[in-house]
Amino acid sequence: MFGLTKKDTTLLLIVACLTMFAPFILNPFPEGSAMAQFNAGYPDLMQRLVIFGIFAIGFNILFGLTGYLSFGHAAFLGVGSYAAIWMMKLLTMNVIPAIMVSVLIAGLFSLLVGWISLRRSGIYFSILTLAFAQMSYSLAYSVLTPITGGETGLQPKVNDPRILDSALEPGQNPRANLFGLEMNQSYELAMGGWVFTFNAGYYIAALVMLLAFYLSIRIFRSPFGMMLRAVKSNQQRLNYTGLNAKPYTLAAFVISGMYAGLAGGLLVAMDTQVGAERMFWTASGEVVLMTILGGAGTLIGPVLGAGFIKYMENIVSKINKTVLEQWFAFMPDGIEDFIITIVYPFVGKGWHLTLGLLFMMVVIFLPGGLVQGGQKVAGLFRRKKPADDKPDGKTTPAE
Amino acid sequence: MDALLLQILNGLDKGSAYALIALGLTLIFGTLGVVNFAHGALFMIGAFCAVTLSRLLNLSHEVAVPGEVDFLGNPMMRDVPYIYDIFGETMGASIIDWSVPLSILFAIPIMVGIGFAMERGLIKHFYKRPHADQILVTFGLAIVLQEIIKYFYGANPIPTPAPAAFTGSFDFGAMLGFDPNTIIYPYWRLVYFAFSAVIIGAVFAFLQFTTFGMVVRAGMADRETVGLLGINIDKRFTIMFGIAAAVAGLAGVMYAPINSPNYHMGMDFLVLSFVVVVVGGMGSLSGAVLAGFLLGILESFASMAIVLETLPGINQIIIYLVAIIILLTRPRGLMGRKGVMEE
Repeated sequence: MFGLTKKDTTLLLIVACLTMFAPFILNPFPEGSAMAQFNAGYPDLMQRLVIFGIFAIGFNILFGLTGYLSFGHAAFLGVGSYAAIWMMKLLTMNVIPAIMVSVLIAGLFSLLVGWISLRRSGIYFSILTLAFAQMSYSLAYSVLTPITGGETGLQPKVNDPRILDSALEPGQNPRANLFGLEMNQSYELAMGGWVFTFNAGYYIAALVMLLAFYLSIRIFRSPFGMMLRAVKSNQQRLNYTGLNAKPYTLAAFVISGMYAGLAGGLLVAMDTQVGAERMFWTASGEVVLMTILGGAGTLIGPVLGAGFIKYMENIVSKINKTVLEQWFAFMPDGIEDFIITIVYPFVGKGWHLTLGLLFMMVVIFLPGGLVQGGQKVAGLFRRKKPADDKPDGKTTPAE
Repeated sequence: MDALLLQILNGLDKGSAYALIALGLTLIFGTLGVVNFAHGALFMIGAFCAVTLSRLLNLSHEVAVPGEVDFLGNPMMRDVPYIYDIFGETMGASIIDWSVPLSILFAIPIMVGIGFAMERGLIKHFYKRPHADQILVTFGLAIVLQEIIKYFYGANPIPTPAPAAFTGSFDFGAMLGFDPNTIIYPYWRLVYFAFSAVIIGAVFAFLQFTTFGMVVRAGMADRETVGLLGINIDKRFTIMFGIAAAVAGLAGVMYAPINSPNYHMGMDFLVLSFVVVVVGGMGSLSGAVLAGFLLGILESFASMAIVLETLPGINQIIIYLVAIIILLTRPRGLMGRKGVMEE
């Protein structure tokens, strides 16, 4: 189906089911129960899960396939966001032109950056992209203030031109919409103790993510994808065969930049504001973390990684001391205090510590990320060597 | 002329910090071939060594003030640092005052220890793995170190003053015969510059004039051959890693009064110091030092009012701009040897 092998179709269908039923799946605990804070089924978080999924899928096309480690991809996300918000300010609050323009502008910008950066490889490439991203961040933060809003960032104002939209009624604020369907519209379904939220914006973002995922499968399975893998395994040998690898890597760079721009545009469509900190280099580091954590070079890995990190960021960071005290209240006092003291640094505000440790563990012991981990576990149960039945390097570790 | 001199002086302290961090980075890169993204975190830990010592020295207990009572008749209490009990009040006060320079003694063993632990515990396993993996694992380590510091010291910058003798600034211009008040320079920045010059000189002398340094330099040129000569080069490289960590840490200790230490200062300096290493030439020690000072001074020139009027915002991006140009035109950097990491 869709020009995919049976296996990939299954994967795509599984991802489709997961995203479509996410409001149920992410809401396993009844409202008001002690575990309710682990529910992630609210629109804001679900949107972030899929949008950063797109970002990571795009990053993986560059890093997973060619092995070029870019430390500046947040710049494209930011450029896409700024493009989208300007479309909303000038043209219309409809998200379609905003997203299309953000992809386009991010593509052009990544063409420029990639054309220059790809003259070098290895560590030099990483530093070049890092330098470009930091430069874009500084410019957005200071000099380009008329375009980017500087420190305060940008958001739609009531008196923006919005040429295509009809005039607002008094007291009405501009809201992002899709032909009148507002992004923040949601339908709440109360069932027993549960409340499931179906949000228009989430479903639009999820559909876009499915499309992006499908495209990435096609790229992975195409001759172009094969070429990129060849670049990763041995570029020198590729050059000796008379092939020029640069157009391929540049194409991969631009495609991943466009994915980042798409994510940026969607972020704006969901939450109509942009700030320069979106482009800071640690934000680029975050997408690297997502991809590696999930499993670089695998199809589903980046999505898993993005979901995992965003979930942690939003849920684990909410666990504070009071919550911990509730959890361990059944224990004797001394042990309770002891356990809370041990656990506390790793949750709440300290969740980055957990993230950093986890990330180090993955890089050290599990270069294939969570996906490889899952395969290993599955291999244990199947009593077969996990590497036996995996075709065309799906388990290829990140390099 | 005086304006130029002022900018050069202004660039020196930042340039010193860049040079020291880049020196350590390039020591690690040149000896072990490892790209250490956690090096900025080492700089930050150094700065927090100064914070820790000044907190330790300020530990105090309450003592009743003789002869004074409050309106209920209870004796008035006063906080007295323990150090007063040991050294007496005048001596104790001056020890607290000098806590930043004193932290140097305290920071060296800590930083060398951290360096050893890092190399033996983590980096050792990454020699054979690609540079991307080294970047990733040290980036993870940088996050962990940063978060640990944040947990213990909080997210706010902690002001750590320099000794009273070095606070304030002096009129540098008047000394050289310019008009008074044109070139005012804080003492501590001068101290920082002198300190970094000493450290850089010491590292170079160590590598140049000791047998140990000679072996390490030979190892940098050809690790395998030196190993085949029966020299335990791994052990020496571990020691070099410790020294590099100490250099970064000391840069941090002395930087604390210039900029109050906060938990993300390492990340802020890291990117810049990588740029410095690249501009100077990967693996070239003198290149790192030269590029550090050069970029520091260039940055301060770019923030002059005249320059900013013609090219707004240039002070924010000048370093990256230089790095991009250097990487594209001369990938081995200003003083890099031909063929080292030249791709």
